Amino acid sequence: MKARHEVEQHTNEVVTGADVLIDALVDEEVDTLFGYPGGAVLPIYDAIYRSQASFKHVLSRHEQGSIHAAEGYARVTGKPGVVLATSGPGATNLITGITDAMMDSLPLVVFTGQVANSVIGTDAFQEADVLGITTPITKYNYQVKNVSDIPKTVKEAFHIATSGRPGPVVIDIPKNISSTVELDQLEEEFSLPGYQPTTQPNPLQIVKLADALKNAKRPLILAGAGVTFAEASDQLKEFAEKYDIPVTNTLLGLGSFPGSHSLSLGMAGMHGTYTANMAIYECDLLINIGARFDDRLTGNLKHFAPKAKVAHIDIDPAEIGKNVPTDIPVVADAKETLQALLNTSIEKPDHDEWQDELQANKTNYPLWHDRSNELISPQWLLEQIFNESNGEAIVTTDVGQHQMWAAQYYQFDKPNRWVTSGGLGTMGFGFPAAIGAQFGAPDDLVVSVVGDGGFQMTFQELSILKERNLPVKVIILNNEALGMVRQWQESFYDERYSESIFSSQPDFVKLAESYGVRGLKVDKEEDVVEMLQDVFAYDGPVVVDCRVVQQTSVYPMIAPGKGIHEMIGVTK
Amino acid sequence: MKRIITATVQNRGGVLNRITGMLHKRQFNIESISVGASETEGVSKMTFVIDVSDNQSLEQLTKQLNKQIDVLKVSDITDKAIVARELALIKVTGSGQLRSEIQGIIAPFRASIIDVSKESLTIQVTGKPDKVEALITLLKPYGIKELTKTGVTSFLRGQQPKQVTELNSYSI
Repeated sequence: MKARHEVEQHTNEVVTGADVLIDALVDEEVDTLFGYPGGAVLPIYDAIYRSQASFKHVLSRHEQGSIHAAEGYARVTGKPGVVLATSGPGATNLITGITDAMMDSLPLVVFTGQVANSVIGTDAFQEADVLGITTPITKYNYQVKNVSDIPKTVKEAFHIATSGRPGPVVIDIPKNISSTVELDQLEEEFSLPGYQPTTQPNPLQIVKLADALKNAKRPLILAGAGVTFAEASDQLKEFAEKYDIPVTNTLLGLGSFPGSHSLSLGMAGMHGTYTANMAIYECDLLINIGARFDDRLTGNLKHFAPKAKVAHIDIDPAEIGKNVPTDIPVVADAKETLQALLNTSIEKPDHDEWQDELQANKTNYPLWHDRSNELISPQWLLEQIFNESNGEAIVTTDVGQHQMWAAQYYQFDKPNRWVTSGGLGTMGFGFPAAIGAQFGAPDDLVVSVVGDGGFQMTFQELSILKERNLPVKVIILNNEALGMVRQWQESFYDERYSESIFSSQPDFVKLAESYGVRGLKVDKEEDVVEMLQDVFAYDGPVVVDCRVVQQTSVYPMIAPGKGIHEMIGVTK
Repeated sequence: MKRIITATVQNRGGVLNRITGMLHKRQFNIESISVGASETEGVSKMTFVIDVSDNQSLEQLTKQLNKQIDVLKVSDITDKAIVARELALIKVTGSGQLRSEIQGIIAPFRASIIDVSKESLTIQVTGKPDKVEALITLLKPYGIKELTKTGVTSFLRGQQPKQVTELNSYSI
């Protein structure tokens, strides 16, 4: 318990539940709040207006923009993204983003307004059962019942969102709570006896893993986003180098191990490299660090790592054994586990034969693509984006072909630079996520690689670029189609292109310009490099409409239902 | 295979919804569920009877329950020495001499008649699910008008035989 906070400093002498909330956010060192006002959050917006709060509020043009921006911010900074939206439609517009964050374990704290307590349950104007709706898509959720609970609830929510396996937490605040004039003593302390994530590895499991490593002839590390969340990239690099173990990444794990490292095999999974997938097929010890054996990674489970002893390091015990039977489970933080392994003396094994085999695969089966068409080859374009940004950009994407090409051709050497919607596969994610990423990393080059389909789902946030002169570079891979849908229709539905080709498109240059943002169009490969140099050097936002080949597919590929060793399109 | 799982949970808003929602989302089939206060204030006890297909899904079940922030402890007590009871209320058509016949049937089950009307009588039976089921089967020919069950509630006996081992301890 503590007496009323420094709220007396507010310009207005009235202190409401909303003021208490703002103070709680300041206590959590929130620097950016992504939000959109409405009836049920009027008291909170009034408190923001009245307070000299140290954080900035970013006004989106659709709540989906707010929540994806918060996700991008969280991915880049490692800090929780904070969102505020009104009741009813404001809250339901957040649902896609909350689910996306749940699937990709992003820490978010989301505040939603709610109708006053006296009318909850009466189908009041702009009432929605936010607790009911968000229960399956949040790590935890609350509805605040008393003003005095606000500080405690906010503290608890930030703790839950950021500890253990991160995830989104929703706090629903009825309007009568935010507008109540505060009189009570505030509750500060929380206790969560049912929530104590295990971070230290069991020493016996470390011994087992060390032993397995000693005896392994063909070990392989599969590094997921858990490595990034645990800030364990340095330990991973040291461990892989010390024991000469090749490393492959999941889609979301890209960057947790340097892509340019000689031990890196690139991404594994449906559109991973042949080398990485065959390494999973052939390895005799698979050490999964912070990945969840998602179906897009494993392909047909029957053929996944069939020769391997599987070790799985995960902070979430429920992930272990969920999809792939595990021989050596380690429930712990990735960094603590890698540190424990580094502190264990393990006889240095000889993997020369294994390394030679992988090296031969790398040389013989590199990524390939065609460049015969008159329009721009999208894969080549991604290579140029990588080259011209010196591999140092923060890259955000939606889902689909452009996402896979970005994952394949943009090599990440550092963590927290790759912002993509992996688990949920959300169209419209990439552009607002780039806005959040730029707020989180104001001095970095942020490139949003999006498709023409996805960009049209959330482009209204161009307003923010103008408003804040946010130098996000949007590169639209415009193939006038839903590329991945088109690709699957070509491959698996006998070229019946049902509703996947756009017959009408906006003029993206004019669209950008109408928002006061610089717009460019490029349709010839010879103009690409110069354009990119110009765009990356430009101090301000740019939208580039890149006309790319439509009739091209993401390869190599594990067809649905097939095993990880049955890739198609491995060579031209 | 049917498993009896108990969970102690913090008595916070929406906890039952959270748990049943999770079970539904992950396609677990709840046979019965009973919830009530425990010996500790603010802590509730839940008993689930859940049909799972194999050990892997049983392991997932207990882990997903444990993962819930309000859940304090989860135990699969199926293979332990336990006391397990459910209560059923059975309304049967019956008048005249049928009544005494029914009385004769329920006596060995130590069930009792707790309400009588002109055309029906209501029987209360308490016991393990198979016992309750057996009585229901016997009463069916008399015409069951209404039936309601509480679901199983259960905990460990005061003393466990030594050879019983923890089946699904996965905390490492």
